[in-house]
Amino acid sequence: MADGRPRRPGRAGREGFVRARFITGFLAAPVLLYLVYVISPYAQAFSIAMTDWRGVSAAPRFVGLANFGRLLGDGVFWRAVGHNALLLVLLPLLTLAIALFFAFLLNAGGQGGGVAGVWGSGFYRVVFFFPQVLAVAIVAVLFQQVFRPDGSGMLNGPLIALGLEPVGFLSDPGVAFWSILAVLVWQAVGFYVVLFSAGMASIPREMFEAARIDGAGRVQLFARVTLPLLWETVQVGWIYLGIAALDVFALVWVMTAEHGGPDHSTTVMAAEVYRNAFQYFKFGYASAMGVVLFFFTVAFAVLALRLSRRERIEF
Amino acid sequence: MADHPLSRRGLLRSAALAGLLLPAGGALSACASPSGGGTTASRAPTLGARTAANPLAIPEDRPFEVVIFDGGFGDAYARDIHEPLFKKGHPKVAIKHTATKEIAKTLQPRFAGGDPPEFVNNSGSNAMDFGALAQDGQLQDLRELLDAPSWDDPGVKVRDTILPSAIELGSYDGVFSVLNYANTVWGIWYSKKLFTANDWEVPKTWDDFTSLCEKIKKSGEAAPFTYAGKHPFYIYETILTLAAKIGGAGVLTSLDNLEDGAWKAEPVTKAATAFADLGAKYLMRGTEGLDHIQTQTAQNKYQVAMLPCGSWLENEQKDSTPADFGYAMFPLPSFDTSDALPYGTLHSRPGEESFVAARSANPRAGMEYMRAMLSKDGAGRFTELVSTLTIVNGAAEGRTLKPGLQSAAAALKTAGEHVTYFRFRQWYQELHDEVAAATGQLMAGRLKVGEWADRIQRKSDEVKSDTSVKKFTR
Repeated sequence: MADGRPRRPGRAGREGFVRARFITGFLAAPVLLYLVYVISPYAQAFSIAMTDWRGVSAAPRFVGLANFGRLLGDGVFWRAVGHNALLLVLLPLLTLAIALFFAFLLNAGGQGGGVAGVWGSGFYRVVFFFPQVLAVAIVAVLFQQVFRPDGSGMLNGPLIALGLEPVGFLSDPGVAFWSILAVLVWQAVGFYVVLFSAGMASIPREMFEAARIDGAGRVQLFARVTLPLLWETVQVGWIYLGIAALDVFALVWVMTAEHGGPDHSTTVMAAEVYRNAFQYFKFGYASAMGVVLFFFTVAFAVLALRLSRRERIEF
Repeated sequence: MADHPLSRRGLLRSAALAGLLLPAGGALSACASPSGGGTTASRAPTLGARTAANPLAIPEDRPFEVVIFDGGFGDAYARDIHEPLFKKGHPKVAIKHTATKEIAKTLQPRFAGGDPPEFVNNSGSNAMDFGALAQDGQLQDLRELLDAPSWDDPGVKVRDTILPSAIELGSYDGVFSVLNYANTVWGIWYSKKLFTANDWEVPKTWDDFTSLCEKIKKSGEAAPFTYAGKHPFYIYETILTLAAKIGGAGVLTSLDNLEDGAWKAEPVTKAATAFADLGAKYLMRGTEGLDHIQTQTAQNKYQVAMLPCGSWLENEQKDSTPADFGYAMFPLPSFDTSDALPYGTLHSRPGEESFVAARSANPRAGMEYMRAMLSKDGAGRFTELVSTLTIVNGAAEGRTLKPGLQSAAAALKTAGEHVTYFRFRQWYQELHDEVAAATGQLMAGRLKVGEWADRIQRKSDEVKSDTSVKKFTR
């Protein structure tokens, strides 16, 4: 209180009320939107999950936890969960490793005395970002052609020309999942190269130079200087990619035979939710899957935040 | 800030809590959940004056909506043929025409919201599930349409102008409620030009068929056989038709009725074995990774001699077929002398489903629209425009048909009463998906016939015991 007068009783209350009104005024709209478009669909999904609603009737029947019981014995759904889990581990790992490698080369991996990127790094930076600009559906159709099993396929064409057996990139159940993973990584790397480049650009040049003077090679520069100083960015990237791995849908749906096939070899949770809701019209069952997916996502977020707590390095 | 009465976090937390605690399906149930059925029940019955020109008594002043799946047939047939025909009979009834490639995405919210369109051409890969629609009473009972006088001749009922199988196939729980308009004939398709040039003959027995495949393979002219590898329906359809030829139409009935062990019956496994062998020896390379367009185009380029398909093929491929290609089809060869059904037996069934929404504003107009579609004029011009037969008897007579359709029509005539079909694809889509997935693996040699039958039987049993899925029998 600048004027130094003693506080009158009630004044604090009024001020508090004004402040509360002020804050509420600003928050009401976003909170309402959040309630209507985020919380209420979640709540509805929970309630639909306990019905046998088939999408068209006005009066779904309450069935309790029967959908969840059936879910436990649904082999296809658990295969989908397994694929998501595998993606959860491999997608961030591969993407971050490749992106870090490229970003390091582009920013600090150059030859010579100074700290600079490899030759032509400005050009590569743009090229790496290309996949990010393409819509997922376009990427999916593009790679269908790349992976075509006959002579018109970009990969199989040369194989066939050499007299080798073509690889069923999308038609062999043992290979299809890895093809999907490759495309996911291909699409994601560019963004993280740019992200890490920005992170590296904010690392003071003197640190690299000091390390160079002390005799550090490229590997040491990367492991001892770049990575520790980039750790926070890497963490963010890891969480983003983890969520992306749980969210994979459009690519699988558009690119693979039988939407997640062949023979369920590439299916993911979101694809099963979609299939059960919009193809089998089992909205209750699909909502139950959605609820399970929700808990997986929450668990992942909690776990990720717990595991990635680390001291911040000031510079 | 110590005396701050409302921290930001506190506010958010309580707001979120309030959101979570809202009774489910309560105040905010406007988005995804079904709305209460109050609006639909209160609709006044929409009956007009019943006259000779208006036997279904539609109100002559009320509009209605026609939703057409804009797929292989396009929507021109509705706009240019059926709707003008309807307008001729009822000039004052306004028709709202909607065309979409995504039927379910467009219409499902409208059904759940109680405001469905009257006439729905429920087709394509995003069609709405008929089992679900039937289960929820969304399908208008069309039996009155069957007993109404036909558009062309008041002395003949609609029922007597169409294929009986269309009535059976359109019935859910014994109530005729879905109109299957187009009539599809399945068979093995080939190029007359390629066959004549190489002196290949249409095979009548399975031995002839395999030796023809061997001959084609040796000739190096083309691969013997292919199918739409990415959509194994094309090949399981053929397997099931062969099974019906071997064991009789009852084989398919028991599959449809989800009977115990139906998939392990001998005719089914025999047919599956025959095609698995064919797949191992004579498939075009890369088949399992190609879709229907890619394999059909390969046939147009004379890279492969034969493929199984339905009679829509010629129309679908019209842009990539060489002028002298000479599309033709032959029925599945006889398996052996103990076959239950004779040579010429075909898989043919009405398809391209439409229904009238029972809870729409003006369902009778939707039925009247169907009556117009089933006129000789409406059906015949449809056949010419989209090169597809219809369920209307004799509608194709006197119309100019393309060579492929001509051969399909001729095969259908030869088959006579020996026509088979199965229905589980429409009744239980998840079973269809499993059969497709397993059959793809069977053809690629990754599943043995026994495993194939076990897997599908397990799924069939699963569907049977799933109480949330409505069961049908025939």
